[in-house]
Amino acid sequence: MSEIKFLLNGGNISVNIDPTMRLLDVLRDILGLTGPKEGCGEGECGACSVLVDHKLVNSCIMPAGNVAGHEVLTIEGFSGEMRYKKLADAFAGAGAVQCGFCTPGMILAAEALLNKVPHPDESQIRRAISGNLCRCTGYNMIVQAIRTAAREGAGLW
Amino acid sequence: MSDFDIGKPVRKVDNDIKLSGQAKYIADFHIDGMLYARTVRADCPRGIIKRIDIPVLPEGYFSVTADDIPGKNIIKFLADDWPFLAKDRVNYFGEAILLIVGPDRAKLLELAGRVYIEYEMIPAILTIKDALSNNFTPIFGSDNKFASYNYEKGDVDRGFSAAFKVVREKYSTGYQKQAYLENQGMIAVPENDGKISVYGSMQCPYYVKNALVQALAVGEEKVRIVQAFTGGGFGGKEDYPSLLAGHAAFAALKTRRPVAVLYEREEDTAYTPRRHPAEVTLETALDREGRILGMKADIKLNGGAYAGISEVVLQRSIYNICGVYNIENLRVTGAAVATNTVPNGAFRGFGAPQVIFAIEMHMESLAKIFSYDVLDYKKRHMAKQGDRTATNGLFYDEIKLPEMIEKAQEVSFYTSKRAAYQADPELHKGIGISLFLHGCGFTGSGERDIIKAQLKLRRKKDSKRVEIFAANVDMGQGLQTTFRKIAASVLDISVADVIFAYPDTDRVPDSGPTVASRSIMIVGRLLQKAAERLKKRWQENNDIEIIQDYEAPERIKWKGGESSGDAYPAYSWGVNVVEVEIDPLTCETSVTGAWSVFDIGQPIDEMIVEGQIQGGMFQGLGYAAMEVMANDENGRSRQNNLTNYTIPTAMDFAPIENHLMKTYYEDGPFGAKGAGELTLLGAAPAYASAVAQAMNIHIAKLPVTPEYIMREASENE
Repeated sequence: MSEIKFLLNGGNISVNIDPTMRLLDVLRDILGLTGPKEGCGEGECGACSVLVDHKLVNSCIMPAGNVAGHEVLTIEGFSGEMRYKKLADAFAGAGAVQCGFCTPGMILAAEALLNKVPHPDESQIRRAISGNLCRCTGYNMIVQAIRTAAREGAGLW
Repeated sequence: MSDFDIGKPVRKVDNDIKLSGQAKYIADFHIDGMLYARTVRADCPRGIIKRIDIPVLPEGYFSVTADDIPGKNIIKFLADDWPFLAKDRVNYFGEAILLIVGPDRAKLLELAGRVYIEYEMIPAILTIKDALSNNFTPIFGSDNKFASYNYEKGDVDRGFSAAFKVVREKYSTGYQKQAYLENQGMIAVPENDGKISVYGSMQCPYYVKNALVQALAVGEEKVRIVQAFTGGGFGGKEDYPSLLAGHAAFAALKTRRPVAVLYEREEDTAYTPRRHPAEVTLETALDREGRILGMKADIKLNGGAYAGISEVVLQRSIYNICGVYNIENLRVTGAAVATNTVPNGAFRGFGAPQVIFAIEMHMESLAKIFSYDVLDYKKRHMAKQGDRTATNGLFYDEIKLPEMIEKAQEVSFYTSKRAAYQADPELHKGIGISLFLHGCGFTGSGERDIIKAQLKLRRKKDSKRVEIFAANVDMGQGLQTTFRKIAASVLDISVADVIFAYPDTDRVPDSGPTVASRSIMIVGRLLQKAAERLKKRWQENNDIEIIQDYEAPERIKWKGGESSGDAYPAYSWGVNVVEVEIDPLTCETSVTGAWSVFDIGQPIDEMIVEGQIQGGMFQGLGYAAMEVMANDENGRSRQNNLTNYTIPTAMDFAPIENHLMKTYYEDGPFGAKGAGELTLLGAAPAYASAVAQAMNIHIAKLPVTPEYIMREASENE
């Protein structure tokens, strides 16, 4: 066991854990944040996506010890942002939400992309969400949503 | 209602709770004192259980076996053969034998690994061929078939005796896993009065309830089922949740604590039902001009180890075998056979994707034999309004296939591309078109005789808000929004003034399962009728409750025992075009374009329907091109996660362009028919046709992997 300190959704956090514990379990089971989901447990589906220092990470394969001293953002933290509002409206407007299980991860994947590339083309969007599986939508409406958010959210990213 | 268009999209009512991560799926539930259950599974495909050694469990840990089941150790389906927990024998690798229950999931994994089970092995039946070989002791009945059917229309023997040519072909299709992003999960909570409440991810709350009433041997008032947010179903959460709910309930009753059964991806992928693999033989008698004089079809489905719902899946296969074609003389035989593999179940399309693939590819073969253009040949045999269906029912309603084909040709440039790719084989490009239909709702008289759906609508005194009471679930397909829209539109109130809670069997009547593309067409129609009745009483100043019972449309005539009459009340129609380019060296295929035209009657929400089409066609393309699932020598799935069972990503296929051909179905709400399953059916045959053109090969098998293309292409050389 060791004390791991990190920044979570803008606040300082300290947990006393085995540092090899999965970040996903720390978030869900210890901190009660259920926005990140477990879909596969091996870094394939992206339902557990969170941002670590603005980079998209599969929290189910990241040891919690690795985030010591870093900044973690989950959907719970991001949903207070203006950029979230823009993405959420674009997702709603494009019909990009079905069962919703992949949705928080998709939103964070879009945020990670737009942070780096504010005006992505379609292939950049597709690559950026290719680690986030969705079985309901066939992705095209999600791709459209991210294009719309990028276009209408000028200046936010 | 003249200018009113219900199809105009609204913001889905559950977007915000899902987008913000606040929606609670079953694994997100936190209940104080909750324990977890880990399933201990058979590690041989078939055997008699000789001994079970359970390690000494630490304090707070329990085991649950078949002996802990208070009522009948049989999951309530059509046949009484599938136990919740195996007691004396196992019939497939992975079959549940017992549960280890306790607070720490890592500890459970370790304890479950120390359970020792000894078997006397029995030779296992692993394939359809084995199942029918008579070389093995049957798993089910005396003939090892869960169900077998045969029916006839017209005079097949005369058709064949007049034949100029008879063409016989075999087609086969593989497994497909639903691969919903949220794995199966249930939590059972023991209440004070001997009652048990079960929360979980499911499509059919009343199936789960009925299964538990039987397994717990209690009155109906002692079982309450509540649906949680459900992360996709696609049929996979139709039948199997009853098993999970049973496990959770047995453990909860034994421990007197809430117990969660939450599958991990490995368990869910390897041990829960998938789409039935099929073998389809089509034999067609033709005259000198290639006209079809008669057809003999035989369909075999691999049902797995227990009957489950295979019989109903088989019905859809055998009744849809003609696709959109008018075959006047027809003989159909079919069987769902037992094998020592995971029992197969429902998956979007439910027995139809297998036969639509076979009939579409067969029609293509027949056209080629007579050197006809494939689409022209198909068009010549298409059914028209007033023609007889495969089961001698009637196509009552307008069939707009000719206009739909024209539209598909126009948007995809199918005709010119088909000719250009044919003229230059070195391009290794291909474009294929598929025509298909889907019978909406339950097969035969299921709605009238078995389901008997009931819906309730209520407005309380001094309230302008209306509440819908129905057992149908939203699993992502948008029912939370579309049901509200139907009620709001009839009553001319805001969608926000319609309440539609997630189903709780203590509150809602049994409006039937969320399956068979029936929720909008059947239950939505009940809702519309109830709302119309409520509207007439709107001025009354008291509580108003409307109960609406299903009544079968009068025109529907069905004799189940003879497989004769109207197998479905209505049909939805589709045309798909898929374009591919293939690397001739690696046989890797790129889908460079995909188009669709669908007739689903009137869409209740155009954007929701667009989502169904996009997602359904993607699943269809996955089925066609990439989703490989096969068993090893123990009948155990070789694929057990999303790394080795690959579903499409955002980078795999070109965007799909969709169009609706709107029609009006008089027995559906606002003219709507079924949509969900139809969208999956056409992608595979259109894809296979395109690949066949690009590589000049015949395709008789799904999935069409690069390895398969390469083998066929090298045989051609």
